[in-house]
Amino acid sequence: MYLKINNVSKTFHNEKDQALTVFQDIDLDINEGEFVSLLGPSGCGKSTLLSIIAGLAQPSSGSIFLENAEVKGPGPDKSMVFQEAALFPWLTVSENIRFPLRKSLNKKDQQDVAADYLQMVHLSNFANHYPHELSGGMQQRVSIARALAMDAKLLLMDEPFGALDEQTRTVLQDELEKIWLSAKKTIIFVTHSIRESIKLADRIIIMGARPGTIISDIKVDLPRPRLQKDMADLEEELLTILKGEIQKVMKEELRYGGSR
Amino acid sequence: MAVAGKRIVFFTTLVLLWQGIVLLGIWPESMIPSPLSVANEIYAGFKDMTLIWDIVASFRHLLIGFAFSLIIGTLLGVMLAKVKALDETLGSMILALQSVPSIVWVPLAIIWFGFGEASIIFVVIIGGTFVMTMNMRIGIKNVPPLYLNAARTMGSKGLDLFLKVVVPAAIPHAVTGVKLSWAFSWRALMAAELLSSGPGLGYTLAYASDFNNMSLVIGIIIIIGTIGAIVDQVIFQRIENNVLKRWGLDERNP
Ligand SMILES: Nc1ncnc2c1ncn2[C@@H]1O[C@H](COP(=O)(O)OP(=O)(O)OP(=O)(O)O)[C@@H](O)[C@H]1O
Ligand SMILES: [Mg+2]
Repeated sequence: MYLKINNVSKTFHNEKDQALTVFQDIDLDINEGEFVSLLGPSGCGKSTLLSIIAGLAQPSSGSIFLENAEVKGPGPDKSMVFQEAALFPWLTVSENIRFPLRKSLNKKDQQDVAADYLQMVHLSNFANHYPHELSGGMQQRVSIARALAMDAKLLLMDEPFGALDEQTRTVLQDELEKIWLSAKKTIIFVTHSIRESIKLADRIIIMGARPGTIISDIKVDLPRPRLQKDMADLEEELLTILKGEIQKVMKEELRYGGSR
Repeated sequence: MAVAGKRIVFFTTLVLLWQGIVLLGIWPESMIPSPLSVANEIYAGFKDMTLIWDIVASFRHLLIGFAFSLIIGTLLGVMLAKVKALDETLGSMILALQSVPSIVWVPLAIIWFGFGEASIIFVVIIGGTFVMTMNMRIGIKNVPPLYLNAARTMGSKGLDLFLKVVVPAAIPHAVTGVKLSWAFSWRALMAAELLSSGPGLGYTLAYASDFNNMSLVIGIIIIIGTIGAIVDQVIFQRIENNVLKRWGLDERNP
């Protein structure tokens, strides 16, 4: 097994020492080269799970194995696109993309790789701009370019296209699909969009909330590139599952609100 | 340039008001000299170079002391931010020292170093160091976790993480520290020079007061205020604004 998520739970404690269990007993095996998308209502712990896989946070119990080695910390073998752009404001766009390449490539190659990926996200003209001169969506594209430029085998993406307009999103979805098809990466892709997950993923994991667990694990067997008409049935099915979950969360939030 | 216009009008009015009060003749010239005699006194001081030498001497004390303040303050700040035990002990002491007015150190400096330049520089260093320390400490401690996490997933750790991410991320706070440290050093400098044996603006101020040269006293106060304001506004405020903008912390343009 390439990536093995073994009975992972995560509990946060606040200042008053109240425990909040975000998710429990997450068990997941992911094959090498699989494109997995993670769907679930807001607050069910998708970002938390992703940062545990990245090695940025420790699970409260359970363990994660990547290629048979336990994940103990972050590293360049697992690249991550964060929900926010996470660019360094003191570096130019191009320098930001070159940041993870400093150790492994010489100057010339760094420049070339950065230029390639900037072109991919249609920001070649902004190479020497600073992040504060870019819009939020443009910044997010730079951070996607940065993560892809690292060329890690495992790519963790937390709602990478969430801040983008429909057209840019479609272009980048296609680019990501192309990269995945040619470079044989394993991708875990968090999204709120059912359609996006069906368009891209081999496998869709749906998480429920409070405490989060995996409630469905669905294989997508549609030929690529995927067409709208083939996707409709599955979309309907996922929508039904998610609606129930979201209602559950909202009811619970109302109850919390009422008891205060 | 509407601001410049407003300022010219304001200061012209102020000088006219001042001249008016002098003309009323309630107080003698030895207490409130006229603007013209103050201007004459400043002019004379610049012409015979005495004020120039005072300014040069003051800046020498200031720059030496300020440079030490920045170096010591930066190192201390980094240490406090990184070593918890030090922060809990030395940190609380520095917090207390920060609230001690610089003039308090002057008698102590005179006993240790005499009335010469060493005393002045010592007081300037004490005056500027602690505020730099505290700002550097906050800057290093408050690096956004998102930057650290992003850098870690890109394989940066240890010294590389510190130098390439923590330090640059701390620069906005460091710049504020430098600016405040300058302001504190400038005030400490004047306190120390008042009791020194010269040369220096503060020394000449005390000297002029001893000889009842009220025009020169006011002239020097004006020079001190002008230099302080110009350096603060023209140099440090500008640097700070540029840094805040680049770092995306500019409140007017978030
Ligand atoms: N550091 C933390 N300390 C305490 N609670 C936290 C912390 N991080 C996350 N949580 C809580 O864990 C839960 C899950 O958060 P997470 O960010 O993983 O959700 P998510 O599924 O990514 O949501 P969204 O779709 O809105 O991004 C939330 O209820 C949040 O309040
Ligand atoms: Mg999230």
